[in-house]
Amino acid sequence: MKATRMLISIGGFLIFILANQCFYTLDETEQAIILEFGKPVGKSITDAGLHFKVPFIQKVTVFDKRFLEWDGDAKQVPTAEKTYIWVDTFARWRIADPLKFYQRVTNEISAQSRLDDIINSAVRTFVSENLLIELVRNSNRELQSSIDISVTALGVVAIDSIQFGRENINEMILRKAKEAMPDFGIQLFDVRIKRINYSEQVQKKVYERMISERHRIAEKFRSEGQGLKAEIDGKRQKELQRITSEGYRRAEEIKGHADAEATKIYAEAFGKDPEFYSFLQTLESYKTTLKDNTTLILSTDSEFLKYLKDIRP
Amino acid sequence: MAKKTINVGGEIVEIPDINKNVVVMAVIVILGLIFLFSGFYKVDASEVGIIQRFGKYVETTSPGLHFKFPFGIDKVTRIAIERNFKQEFGFQTLQAGVRTQYSRADYSDISLMLTGDLSSVLVKWIIQYKVQDPVKYLFNVRNVEETLRDVTEAVMRLVVGDHSVDEVISLSRQDIEIQSTELLQVFLDEFETGLFVENIRLQNVDPPEPVQPAFNEVNQAVQEKERIVNEAETAYNKVVPQAKGQRQQMISQAEGYFENRVNRAKGDAERFISILREYSKAKDVTRKRLYLETMLTVMPNLKGTFIVDEDQKGLVPLMQLNERGGAK
Repeated sequence: MKATRMLISIGGFLIFILANQCFYTLDETEQAIILEFGKPVGKSITDAGLHFKVPFIQKVTVFDKRFLEWDGDAKQVPTAEKTYIWVDTFARWRIADPLKFYQRVTNEISAQSRLDDIINSAVRTFVSENLLIELVRNSNRELQSSIDISVTALGVVAIDSIQFGRENINEMILRKAKEAMPDFGIQLFDVRIKRINYSEQVQKKVYERMISERHRIAEKFRSEGQGLKAEIDGKRQKELQRITSEGYRRAEEIKGHADAEATKIYAEAFGKDPEFYSFLQTLESYKTTLKDNTTLILSTDSEFLKYLKDIRP
Repeated sequence: MAKKTINVGGEIVEIPDINKNVVVMAVIVILGLIFLFSGFYKVDASEVGIIQRFGKYVETTSPGLHFKFPFGIDKVTRIAIERNFKQEFGFQTLQAGVRTQYSRADYSDISLMLTGDLSSVLVKWIIQYKVQDPVKYLFNVRNVEETLRDVTEAVMRLVVGDHSVDEVISLSRQDIEIQSTELLQVFLDEFETGLFVENIRLQNVDPPEPVQPAFNEVNQAVQEKERIVNEAETAYNKVVPQAKGQRQQMISQAEGYFENRVNRAKGDAERFISILREYSKAKDVTRKRLYLETMLTVMPNLKGTFIVDEDQKGLVPLMQLNERGGAK
């Protein structure tokens, strides 16, 4: 009875080992190749799920199936105009053929170092063949600025007439890197410039340039302010003159009309008997001109006193 | 059958007999329960469950209670597809709150970039994104977050490189946000990350430190310009409306003069005509009467009257005597 139980236990253990040796699973993110005594056999296995292999003889080596990152170190590279810039690139790649990949580069670490050489060389080539503006800009879109920006920190640069632009240069780098890469079972998906910055020396020059640019802008605003002030002041003086003289003109017009009207009315009325008018007016004028400081010397011949001398007419 | 005994601390304790079948049953029941419970899993409201059988993707399950094969046959990965994720570029929030604390570390390697006019600028920004396609998100890209950061940096520099420093700092911030969001989505789709960019928001966009005083000077100049213009406009507004009022006053006064003049003329005319009418009826008498009446009014007010006979001579000395009163 003891022997039977023992046998069952050993049998179960053997079945477990066998199952473990016969089956293996692959995740969706994985792919694999089968090695027979260290030698690859059959095709790459790229389907996820449960798979069968020959136990004990065959071994499974698993690779990543996903897009993998390559992130290069920043490199100092001169552009076509000999401006030194830091260029930082990154790339995406994948193991397209695990079998070839295993045979040619064995593992990811060695693949990364191969990629370093290939991509860095492609980047260096295209950066040094192009003007900086080609790497910075992506289109010939017109830039808005508060000042003329055609004179940049690097002198006069035609910033609005680039030939390629960054995206196209990315594309060219990728093409070049693909051409240069031997058949490693690697698919290079894209290479992109992540960062570009000036080297320390150039940066200093750029800052100086930016500062003098800002001085120019500040000066422009100040003189604009003075100009506007003069404009407004001038307008104020003009308006004042206009308004005041308008008032004067209108007032004089009205007064003229008034005088004309009055003259007309007087002429019409007094014209009926001018002699009587002058008589009346003269009398009226006595009332105003002969005041308490007037001394009147009258002759007894006068109309007023004619009776004083003689009652007879 | 002898009873089983066990020695516990020097005392012999008997173990009661247990039916073997009961033990087997209990083990089966316990195993069954473990099987059942390890098979159930819950997916929260904002999540989906991604089910892999022997590593192979089989289905995506919606929120609720589900059953899977236990013992590692089925594997479930929960992905929060509703949740918004955020990544910061050029700065780092240590502790969000009323007074958010930011890391003092220097992130200028991320934020320093070149503009289209070949100036330098420091750009800080955030992206907000969601997992749109959990299957792609899980299986297509290793280090999705790293990819996202690399691509976002490349995109931001691509867009900033096509704008002038003035546009990046103030004029076209919104354009840059929109363009970079669109472009980032294109690239993320190309990489099949399964991510969806909600938006990119520019935070602080500053000139590099050595240049900042010069930029501040520009701001001051702008304010100075505004101040000067305001002052000129104040002066304008102070005098022009006043002058307009004065103009109206002059016109009104003239109009008053008109009324006054015409009415007086009319009155005078009426009066004259009335007198004339009566005068024509008896000219001689009226003439005399008017003369005498006038004299009557005038004479009493006079300082003095000398009546001189036409034969009288030597009038001058008399007058001088009288003039001593200081008449003017």
